[in-house]
Amino acid sequence: MSENYNKHKIYERNGKTYAFSDASLQRIKEIIGRYPEAKQKSALIPVLHIAQEEFGGSLNADIMDYIAGLLNVKPIEVYEVATFYTQFYLDKVGKFVIEICQTGPCLSCGGDDMIDYLKEKLGIDVGETTADGLFTFKTVECLGACGYAPVMQVNTCFHQNLTKESIDNIIDLLRTQANEPKSNDDKWVEKFCLKK
Amino acid sequence: MGRKILLEKINISGIESFDIYRKSGGYSAVEKALKTMTPVDVVEEVKKSGLRGRGGAGFPTGMKWGFIDRKSDKPHYLICNADESEPGTFKDRYLMEHLPHLLIEGMICSAFALEAHTAYIYIRGEFKYLIGILNNALSEAYANGFLGKNILGTTFSLDIYVHPGAGAYICGEETALIESLEGKRGNPRLKPPFPAFVGLFGCPTVVNNVETLAAISPILNMGGDFYSKLGNGKSTGTKLISACGNINKPGVYEIEMGITVEDFIYSEEYCGGIKGGKKLKAVIPGGSSVPVLPADLILKTAAGQPRLMTYESLAEGGFETGTMLGSGGFIVYDEDQCMVRNTLSFARFYHHESCGQCSPCREGTGWQERLLTRIENGEGRLKDIDLLADISKHIEGNTICPLGDAAAWPVSSAIRHFRKEFEFHIQFPEIVKNIRHGNIDKYL
Ligand SMILES: Cc1cc2nc3c(=O)[nH]c(=O)nc-3n(C[C@H](O)[C@H](O)[C@H](O)COP(=O)(O)O)c2cc1C
Ligand code: FES
Repeated sequence: MSENYNKHKIYERNGKTYAFSDASLQRIKEIIGRYPEAKQKSALIPVLHIAQEEFGGSLNADIMDYIAGLLNVKPIEVYEVATFYTQFYLDKVGKFVIEICQTGPCLSCGGDDMIDYLKEKLGIDVGETTADGLFTFKTVECLGACGYAPVMQVNTCFHQNLTKESIDNIIDLLRTQANEPKSNDDKWVEKFCLKK
Repeated sequence: MGRKILLEKINISGIESFDIYRKSGGYSAVEKALKTMTPVDVVEEVKKSGLRGRGGAGFPTGMKWGFIDRKSDKPHYLICNADESEPGTFKDRYLMEHLPHLLIEGMICSAFALEAHTAYIYIRGEFKYLIGILNNALSEAYANGFLGKNILGTTFSLDIYVHPGAGAYICGEETALIESLEGKRGNPRLKPPFPAFVGLFGCPTVVNNVETLAAISPILNMGGDFYSKLGNGKSTGTKLISACGNINKPGVYEIEMGITVEDFIYSEEYCGGIKGGKKLKAVIPGGSSVPVLPADLILKTAAGQPRLMTYESLAEGGFETGTMLGSGGFIVYDEDQCMVRNTLSFARFYHHESCGQCSPCREGTGWQERLLTRIENGEGRLKDIDLLADISKHIEGNTICPLGDAAAWPVSSAIRHFRKEFEFHIQFPEIVKNIRHGNIDKYL
């Protein structure tokens, strides 16, 4: 079960009214069209992904209620899904969410040293966000890239064969992007090209 | 060089684009199937090939397709399982990244065989960059008349959509996947009814792994009989192995089934031996769910025969001295790796990934993690080892889906083969604390 289970505060509201951009609404309409009639609930996970991107990186009860209305399902149906899947965040996260793999194959290639190094470098513990709101640091389970261990993702971008030097470079680069708007464009995702 | 079937064309530059793929002979299987065969012919050809599911369970694909309820008046669905989350496994992403059209071509032939007009690729959410690659390839296939209405002027129509997950290993289990695709939590369903009768939206459904579906076009092109002669015995054809851990050349390799494990680990064509010239300690050959074996038992069976990379040879000796081919996630450990720490990491993984439906799994995986944490931290008691083995026995076989078994086997096999290492952790906590990595053989 996701560690979100039982710990999150989904009933917390901020009283804001949320509304998707027209472009997102168009995308959502297209997504709903992929499923048979009256099965629009299937669009829930894709729509939660879009919501999380568009509404600041995490979900809350107001956002979830809005989505429930949009897909014509009960709010509880959205809550139970959002709390089940690790990729949905119910607590506020930083601009860059760093998720490093902590499963066996990565550990056997020095993954735990990289975890320690990141803690030290960011000055925070696992699960915390830096005071400037830039980085949230999490450990996650196998990212399906074990041959390129140790591996981490920053938002949806993969970084492989981590070393202390490469971590330095990545963090420095991200710091320079602190004031750039966060792009929701798939192209922003640095291509994780595996060796053929 | 071993024979390549899936990866035959991977070095052709631009093979991820429709034009190059088509110029290199791609989509000929779709032409053959749609224009010269009936759906049942395609199923028969796959049966003849002896192809077994590449997602982990190794169930014969043709037989599974044979179960689809053709009498039902409901629509049929084909789902491609691209959830790939089993630790050690990273072959499907490799296929999708470099050969997206091989998967799409296979899906068209498979959907034709199953009389499905809608298919979904359920991909783990972390692989976001792949969704773009797949969507591009799908648009190209639509634009060239291989998807959509009346493909190649026949009466067969098909739509394929990509559907992302959101971080849940359990959604790789086919019924949990179906639940997730319906917009719910990934709680596996009790079988029967099997998805071939009651699957997605209550309709007849087949779920197949990416690699299984990618093998369909080559099989139709070369003929099932020909494919069945490749490989070794009931392990027909080729298999992708994703090799990782302490080896010189981690990566994805296509092997003809039947080469020896020793050859796979040490030859230059594959893993290239153990990194840094160290000694081999242990191997988990089929993803983290299958039993770990120590070096001597992975290289040779208990009867002294060389162990082969086949379903049968890896399983020889049962769980006492054997293991499984599983998903082909081949994890290699050198002499410096700690089996307690490694087992703990898997126990933590299964605890995190248990959906929580069945108490033996929900509670048992937590107990396993806590006991192993205690042992790893030097606070264990000797009787904890038997307690662990006992817990895993109580999980195994007592749950709705096989995640329970998958959680129990890594723990029980590690204790079976590396008991001394667990005892050492309990008896000499001060020594263990100071060596995160490092060979402890000299103490044993
Ligand atoms: C806990 C669990 C996780 C699984 N994960 C995957 C997976 O990530 N990918 C996959 O193809 N099959 C996975 N499977 C196997 C599927 O349930 C199913 O057998 C498979 O998709 C069938 O396809 P195949 O016959 O082509 O192998 C998993 C099974 C279990 C019990
Ligand atoms: S174990 Fe880290 S990516 Fe698989």
